[in-house]
Amino acid sequence: MKIALTCTGKEMNDNLDLRFGRCSYFIIFDSEKGVSYTLENKGQSSGGGAGIAAAQQIIDEEVEVVISGSMGPNAYNLMMSSGIKVYASKELPCAQVLESFNKGELEEITQAGPSHMGMGSGK
Amino acid sequence: MRALNIAILSGKGGTGKTTVATNLAEILQANYIDCDVEEPNGYIFLKPENIMNVAVEVECPDINMEKCILCGECTKTCQFNALFNTKKDILVFEKMCHSCKACSIVCKTKAITFKPRKVGVIEKGEKQGLICMRGVLDIGEAMAVPVIKKLLRHTPVGLNLLDCSPGTSCNAVSTLRHAQGALLVTEPSAFGLHDLRMAICLVRKFDLPFGVIINKWDEKNGEFLERYLDGEGIKILGYIPYKREAAEVYSRGEMVRTIPAYQQAFDRIASSCGEVFQWN
Amino acid sequence: MELTVISGKGGTGKTSIAVAIAELERNTVKVDCDVDAPNFYLYYDGNDASCEDFSGGKKVVVDEELCISCGLCQDACQFSAIENGLVDFLNCEGCGACVLVCPTQAASLKEEKTADIFVTDTGKGILSRAEVEIGSEGSGKLITILRKAAKPYTDGKITVSDGSPGIGCPVISSITGTDAVLIVTEPTQSGMEDLGRVVTLCRQFKILIFVCINKVDINKQISTEIEEYCLEKNLLLAGRIPYDDTVLRSINELKPIIFYSESPANEAIRQMWKTIKKEIFKD
Repeated sequence: MKIALTCTGKEMNDNLDLRFGRCSYFIIFDSEKGVSYTLENKGQSSGGGAGIAAAQQIIDEEVEVVISGSMGPNAYNLMMSSGIKVYASKELPCAQVLESFNKGELEEITQAGPSHMGMGSGK
Repeated sequence: MRALNIAILSGKGGTGKTTVATNLAEILQANYIDCDVEEPNGYIFLKPENIMNVAVEVECPDINMEKCILCGECTKTCQFNALFNTKKDILVFEKMCHSCKACSIVCKTKAITFKPRKVGVIEKGEKQGLICMRGVLDIGEAMAVPVIKKLLRHTPVGLNLLDCSPGTSCNAVSTLRHAQGALLVTEPSAFGLHDLRMAICLVRKFDLPFGVIINKWDEKNGEFLERYLDGEGIKILGYIPYKREAAEVYSRGEMVRTIPAYQQAFDRIASSCGEVFQWN
Repeated sequence: MELTVISGKGGTGKTSIAVAIAELERNTVKVDCDVDAPNFYLYYDGNDASCEDFSGGKKVVVDEELCISCGLCQDACQFSAIENGLVDFLNCEGCGACVLVCPTQAASLKEEKTADIFVTDTGKGILSRAEVEIGSEGSGKLITILRKAAKPYTDGKITVSDGSPGIGCPVISSITGTDAVLIVTEPTQSGMEDLGRVVTLCRQFKILIFVCINKVDINKQISTEIEEYCLEKNLLLAGRIPYDDTVLRSINELKPIIFYSESPANEAIRQMWKTIKKEIFKD
């Protein structure tokens, strides 16, 4: 199973990024192989629709679980319709967050944050 | 007679742009057009009647899944992340769409056509023979420009005062495209001057005749602002005093020109406007 | 600890209050998220410790040597932004439709610089701010980067952010992950409407909310309505700041209101900050 963590840095000991769409990196942990790799979040550089761009990346990587701080409704609905589970955590080092997840201590997000589509570009 | 559109601008919110636009509209017998479509507050003061509504629509992609082969070219092409490939379906995030139609250009199977989608409304009413119009962006919609464009496509004949969005963003730019002159509203503070400079840059870009109205005027502190405008060769069209009484009148949704000192101030502004814009 | 000061509409006194709070504590980190009217930094002198370009999106550029003036781009553009190979940058939305139809690859999308981001050392803590180019505006992306720029300096300090106006993406980016928001409102019809919208937004993000009514005495009736609204919504009304001519003087003299000992607004803001701190640091 592939687990994606939104991360402020490239390493497992960097903190979890509480944003989904505009997190800096995704750390993807493959629990069967016990290995992880890091991807730069393409959503981060989008003027608008960051959550959608980030979600496309997650789906393209065939991830099954996402751990973040919160998630907007666009991204959340895309996760739900693709059968991806979303868990919430506090801002702690990713290694610690992953440990909590494995112990079953994290809460599953069952409701999306508010919509704020279009964002700012106003065009 | 043709339309003459004068835009009322301010660098920042809360400087009194709507106060100036509504009070001057009554004094100059001008039509009032509220282009601040995200927060159109002018109707609170003018209270127009017999309002008619027209919807504002944009074109949005409609994907024929019988023709679609899920190649994902459209999702990669869209610069606004409005299309999403779930591998089973192409989803359209309508509110992200800019109606650029780039997706239909790259679609190999011609699966994309366009359908209209409502994003706001134009309201047209009247108050004592003057036309009052405003655009209202639907709540949750992000793109104000299509509403502003439609609002200003056919402006009434005669003198129109366009109440702009604050700042120098693309919403203000869209309004200025339709203006033949501009009134800049500022206040005598360092904040005011800082934001006024940005607004001046903008109107100069469009090469429009313009003048400045100083709101919340205070003789003791305003000299630096007059000096700056004098140095730039910019005409001051008038001064509006700062009185607690006006804040109270405003808070009740009434016109500040019901206070005599304000009526006088606006009368003077109205006559100096004629010199700058040379109408008639 | 980060406190973000926000308001639905402009002109409610948000920046004056943010500056006052920033000055009541020592060495606060300051972030000016109100990039469309960036007035926070006017109170401070200082040296820019760093400056970087910010790109808010793409625009089309045309290589004149490759252009054969076929006019296909003009037909494809939905925004009337290109004509005879000349691009109207204020109209161009960077969609790339012209690039797709250009037979000679003369048109291409290029990142466009839309702002400068500065981290300024004020001598009393750092301040992170942006200067946005005309025709551009604050976006969620820009606010996210502004707050990231301040982040390395925030350890163990109090951060005061002057939030973006409105309820769109910029304000959401200003409040995501902050510890508390202070909503500055005023007792006017539009103030009341905007308060409701901002509260709904903050509630969805589960952020600790404080409300402050500025110029509380200009309309007693609406002020009472706001107080009742706060009670009903279980919001902490942290401050009631009276109308005070000294505030305008303080803005003109670029001296935070807390340095005017005779000012009633000063007194009210100090009281408010005590209330907020007590609530935030009660654990």
